[in-house]
Amino acid sequence: MIRFENAVFEYIRRDDEGNVEGITRALDDVSVHIKRGEFVAVLGANGSGKSTFAKHINGLLVPEEGKVFVGGLDTSDDNNLLKIRQMAGMVFQNPDNQIIAQTVEEDVAFGPENMGVPTDEMQQRVDEALEKVGLIAEKDNSPNRLSGGQKQRVAIAGVLAMKPECIIFDESTAMLDPAGRKEVIATAHELNKNNNITVILITHYMNEAMGADRILVMDHGKIVMDGTPRQIFSKPEEIRKYKLEVPEITELAYRLHKAGAPMPAFVLDEDEFMEAIRSAKAAGALS
Amino acid sequence: MSIILDHVSHIYNPGTTFEKRALDDISLVIPDGEFIGLIGHTGSGKSTLIQHLNGLLKPSSGNIFFNGQSIFDNDFKMKDLRREVGLVFQYPEYQLFEVSVIKDVLFGPNNLGMKTLDAEVAAYAALKSVGIDESLLDVSPLDLSGGQKRRVAIAGVLAMKPKVLVLDEPAAGLDPLGRREILDTIANIRKEQNITVILVSHSMEDVAQYVERIIVMNKGKIAMDDTPQEVYSHDEELQAMGLDIPEITRLFLRLKKEGYRLPTDVFTVDQAYEAMMK
Repeated sequence: MIRFENAVFEYIRRDDEGNVEGITRALDDVSVHIKRGEFVAVLGANGSGKSTFAKHINGLLVPEEGKVFVGGLDTSDDNNLLKIRQMAGMVFQNPDNQIIAQTVEEDVAFGPENMGVPTDEMQQRVDEALEKVGLIAEKDNSPNRLSGGQKQRVAIAGVLAMKPECIIFDESTAMLDPAGRKEVIATAHELNKNNNITVILITHYMNEAMGADRILVMDHGKIVMDGTPRQIFSKPEEIRKYKLEVPEITELAYRLHKAGAPMPAFVLDEDEFMEAIRSAKAAGALS
Repeated sequence: MSIILDHVSHIYNPGTTFEKRALDDISLVIPDGEFIGLIGHTGSGKSTLIQHLNGLLKPSSGNIFFNGQSIFDNDFKMKDLRREVGLVFQYPEYQLFEVSVIKDVLFGPNNLGMKTLDAEVAAYAALKSVGIDESLLDVSPLDLSGGQKRRVAIAGVLAMKPKVLVLDEPAAGLDPLGRREILDTIANIRKEQNITVILVSHSMEDVAQYVERIIVMNKGKIAMDDTPQEVYSHDEELQAMGLDIPEITRLFLRLKKEGYRLPTDVFTVDQAYEAMMK
């Protein structure tokens, strides 16, 4: 679905006179292949290149060296851009910056309308999209009165109405409260599972990455780790090198394990932790 | 500076179809030097409440007393209040505008009419307390990293030497290390300068290990006001309000339910590790 081949992208900083002051390599020889239907979380410190990576997937940015292919189409060919943006939609961080229309329905219709989808088909697309994100009841209401989580779901519906094959969430949960965050993550998982939509989830919240099929860790423009949550988070020392953290319960189990307690080195979540405690108790290793 | 809210309500757009009661009969006492976490989901009234704390909004009914003086008194000096209660808004780095870091931080103190030398001393001290290196003073704020920008923005408020510092989601959008660093910085400032700090957040995890008192807001009312330990024991009520307790605390509550004798005032991995290794 998505293929990066030795992609390089640099931001050039200039002073007042336009002289080059410095160069930041936001993508440094990145090669990666993401398969159709994968749920991929991208982690990394501020400035590690996550957002630059995301913007290459729908052709907002084009690599200066190397190539990026989306659905087999080269993003550096302008003739492909419309098709690529329809295939790979993006949900951004600030819900309020993405809402443009008077009603939820009109907002969702904006994308397909621009693409010239005929009216009756459009109605159907909008309804379907709102149905999928669970907001069909809000159809005629003003988006401004929705909660942050609901606004992000409207933004997701707007992407869905374009019939995409891939959705990129660029820190879409950063400004939401815990309930809103859960709503958005749950919606991403449902779309991935039920509609086989490829999901790229960029986040600072480690526990949101735990449900992914695969995690990419970025540092200084490079992909430095690539594996399942189990593979990635069972290496807390390495994770910390990249200014990230292991989810707290996983970290606790790891430290107990290292201290010789009857605990596996890796537990994914609270349930696995409880499981481990129970089996340690059954084996008589715990009082 | 002590703050007392006495049956404060605030209604937006009264008498119109958009009328909304954002604060509903809030009574609070905030003594000197406390470290408070103000928690609530989006729309719970947190932002409306903090805007009352430095006079950006006035109550529709009820009264607010700063050091015993009512905000409605004729000789109440709003300008002094703005100096004494510093408000750091969400994503404050978007409000940086000057050509250099030092000029940006000086804007507040200059605006308050502080003497040039005093203003400069205050600005240097503020930048130092947020951990901005002197080599960055003449750099354009736009060339700093996200975390640095936020520190500069906080320094701009600190330079006005507030007695109460209110920060709205100071850790939002930062990576895990950046989050911890900024919260540690705030905890240090509070300790060194002995000021009241109110940390506004969605995230229980962020405030858990720092504050001594948590105020939970829901639908414009104060739903809980207690120590973190006491607040987190109401796990289900908090979830019904769209809030979470720290992961580790939830794990310990669950272990306790299964009969393990463990403390429930555990909020961090370090505390949990110690409790379990005992």
